[in-house]
Amino acid sequence: MSANAPTPPLSNKERVKIPRQHMPEQDAGLRRSNFEEVNQGLTVLGATTEALRCLQCASPKCMAGCPVGVKVKDFVELIVEGDYLRAAAKIREDNILPAITGRVCPQETQCEGCCILGNKFEPLGIGYLERFVADYERQSGQLGLPDRAPPTGKKVAIVGSGPAGLSAAGDLVRMGHAVTVFEALHEIGGVLIYGIPEFRLPKEIVRREVDVMRAMGVDFQTNVVIGKTVTIDELMADEGYDAVLVATGAGLPKFLGVPGEHLNGVYSANEFLTRVNLMRANEFPEYDEPVFDVRGRDIAVVGGGNTAMDAVRTAARLGAKTSYLIYRRSEAEMPARAEEAKHAKEEGITFLCLTNPVAFLGEEDGFVRSVRCMKMELGEPDASGRRSPRPIPDSEFELPIQMAIIALGTEANPLVQSTTPDLKTTRKGYIAADPETLRTSKKGVFAGGDIVTGGATVILAMGAGRKAAASIADYLNAGTWDQPQGA
Amino acid sequence: MFLIVAARFLAPDVKRFTIEAPRVAKKRKAGQFVILRLHAHGERIPLTIADSDPDAGTITIIVQGVGKTTKLLNMLEAGDAVLDLVGPLGRPSEIERFGTAVVIGGGVGAAIAYPTAKALREAGNHVIAIVGARSRELVILEDEIRAISDELLITTDDGTYGTMGFVTDQLRGIIESGRRVDYVLAIGPPRMMQAVAEATRARGIRTVVSLNSLMVDGTGMCGGCRILTTGGARFACVDGPEFDAHGVDFDLLVQRNRKYARQEAESLRRFLEHPERD
Ligand SMILES: Cc1cc2nc3c(=O)[nH]c(=O)nc-3n(C[C@H](O)[C@H](O)[C@H](O)COP(=O)(O)OP(=O)(O)OC[C@H]3O[C@@H](n4cnc5c(N)ncnc54)[C@H](O)[C@@H]3O)c2cc1C
Ligand SMILES: Cc1cc2nc3c(=O)[nH]c(=O)nc-3n(C[C@H](O)[C@H](O)[C@H](O)COP(=O)(O)OP(=O)(O)OC[C@H]3O[C@@H](n4cnc5c(N)ncnc54)[C@H](O)[C@@H]3O)c2cc1C
Ligand code: SF4
Ligand code: SF4
Ligand code: FES
Ligand SMILES: [Mg+2]
Repeated sequence: MSANAPTPPLSNKERVKIPRQHMPEQDAGLRRSNFEEVNQGLTVLGATTEALRCLQCASPKCMAGCPVGVKVKDFVELIVEGDYLRAAAKIREDNILPAITGRVCPQETQCEGCCILGNKFEPLGIGYLERFVADYERQSGQLGLPDRAPPTGKKVAIVGSGPAGLSAAGDLVRMGHAVTVFEALHEIGGVLIYGIPEFRLPKEIVRREVDVMRAMGVDFQTNVVIGKTVTIDELMADEGYDAVLVATGAGLPKFLGVPGEHLNGVYSANEFLTRVNLMRANEFPEYDEPVFDVRGRDIAVVGGGNTAMDAVRTAARLGAKTSYLIYRRSEAEMPARAEEAKHAKEEGITFLCLTNPVAFLGEEDGFVRSVRCMKMELGEPDASGRRSPRPIPDSEFELPIQMAIIALGTEANPLVQSTTPDLKTTRKGYIAADPETLRTSKKGVFAGGDIVTGGATVILAMGAGRKAAASIADYLNAGTWDQPQGA
Repeated sequence: MFLIVAARFLAPDVKRFTIEAPRVAKKRKAGQFVILRLHAHGERIPLTIADSDPDAGTITIIVQGVGKTTKLLNMLEAGDAVLDLVGPLGRPSEIERFGTAVVIGGGVGAAIAYPTAKALREAGNHVIAIVGARSRELVILEDEIRAISDELLITTDDGTYGTMGFVTDQLRGIIESGRRVDYVLAIGPPRMMQAVAEATRARGIRTVVSLNSLMVDGTGMCGGCRILTTGGARFACVDGPEFDAHGVDFDLLVQRNRKYARQEAESLRRFLEHPERD
């Protein structure tokens, strides 16, 4: 079957007989010691075959499952027709970062989770296909820049360059507004750059998307901490910005609060991943930033989410002998994507579920030597419906390790909120914003992404960015600020 | 890129730089710092803003070459540039009219203490500055500090200049002479700051130290700079760098600062063998 040959229309019966295509992966033994991408991407044949499985439903459920409403059915049809560039353009109508979402979206609970095929068969590999066309487009070098409306004379400042800020910037610049993105770090991309590791999301892809946005006219300013270098009030009063979007993410690391947590070799996941992803400490001493040398040593990561999986798999790649994942509930409750857990196991990560650390113990020189844990059992379901873990008496044991990473999730970083007095926050310190308009309590200021919702997903942050862009455009056109309902 | 407009050695291995950074220059207050990265393979390191000229859009930093990054930085000259520079970070020093304020700077700590000493003087305090160094050629900013203090005491470990001994000897002398001391700021090596804290603890003299923990982002995102106080763990980059000296766990600070000693030594050795590579 060739991509461009006319394909006879298949009946649905024939379509469902086609097995879901497998994602070619780098061999587990090999990849455990490199940072190259695990998933290698579908071939043209694989993508065409997978695309043929789509039933082209009259009322497609997949689209409703996607937080930004990607027209799955349409772009899949374009793959069948062999028109990958138009397929990419079709996705970009709703999602400007398809090469990224195709890789990191939790498709199994979103688009694919809703695909009708999933009722009886395996759902369509929508993420794989999205990635395929985005990669094709990138490699073809034929990335058409979207048209830009004539300049409106309005200036918008975006604080934070994660997916929320980037997608808002893309939309606003297309509408003809002058857009500046301010980023505290020295590189653009937020968690996409400093958090998600290279082997899941090559940084080159993020950089490429940023370059495209630069070519579209977005002004990126790194090394600017809003609240410190310049405040939001100053941006609006002194620098002439007509509106501001706060998209600063949820970057404050949580710790366990157990004894020994400040021993050398105990990291937050943010620090460990930042050292490796942003600062490339895995290439020390070629790169100057150091990271604990785990070669031949045993390490443990505490947590069960994507961040924990990323941290433990990164540590394994740095050469750890045994890498444990310590999680207090059972594997079924793990919030990490199933694919990540599967990949982690294939790479030899040892899962210690129903286990909770109670203390870290150290050597004389202050380096961690072991973690003391308790075994847990699941009790009654709590308010969230999850069965809450409780310690089993007399079950303590000590696990020798030389490095530990705490990956318990993150909270709101208060930097912007504390320097913008009239910006209302929620009880937990997130920015209060109207769910529809994303307006905050402060005139001209909008907020979206993890800083409003708490740690969520790339695509939800992007969706928020797009919503914010539309709402900002409305505000800039109308020039009036009605009292937001949600703030 | 951030252009270096002036660079001059103040002492062996201690260099003062004036760097173009208009936004930082306009905003900075005494006690704040920047984080910079020299080149694309570089690490991020914090350095205190010693002074600034908002009109010229420049800041001043004073750097002691101790390892790879600071030694490389000290090889740069006017006309060179720094790749990344962000700030001002950290909370500004608390400046009030305390009364008599003793400001202690050990080694390059004198440079870090200088802007706060100046601000304390401007707020109407009687400022007693104590500057300590290992020996004569390492005493820095003597004229500058003299100009903004009411009294200046210099100590050297080897007695080649000023009084022989440690800054804490001078501090104890002042306290024991019965003079009223309302406020002490100490900046220098952790063990020096710890000794100052012990010297003032019994009398309950308000004592503040500026902690030099390891930092990466400087925005509260990584938690690598955490220190332990009697009030719990704090992030030095956003909650500090100044803390109440009497609540700080200095042993933990010293321990955490040694974390990468092996890698730092390797990095420096490689660099000294082939400085041209960077
Ligand atoms: C390790 C890890 C793995 C993840 N894996 C997945 C995954 O597989 N799939 C998925 O969908 N989601 C994943 N997530 C979650 C997802 O990355 C986030 O939900 C998403 O990035 C949030 O986007 P955002 O734009 O709101 O903020 P962020 O991506 O957090 O970006 C915020 C940016 O703002 C900057 N900033 C903060 N304060 C300031 C300030 N005062 N001034 C200037 N700049 C500032 C920050 O430096 C940062 O660059 C993961 C998260 C982590 C940490
Ligand atoms: C808030 C703050 C303000 C500072 N102000 C000044 C200043 O004005 N002038 C000055 O000369 N020095 C200052 N320092 C110290 C300076 O940051 C370190 O000397 C420098 O990072 C050493 O880097 P290196 O590669 O040259 O040396 P290395 O050999 O890598 O390290 C030498 C020692 O410096 C410390 N250090 C190393 N890396 C870091 C890092 N990323 N962050 C913090 N400390 C580190 C460690 O204790 C280490 O053992 C300050 C530190 C802090 C935290
Ligand atoms: S953006 Fe994510 S959820 Fe939406 S279709 Fe693409 S992979 Fe699925
Ligand atoms: S629900 Fe599944 S089968 Fe139906 S259109 Fe969407 S992807 Fe195709
Ligand atoms: S340096 Fe990262 S939190 Fe302070
Ligand atoms: Mg160094």
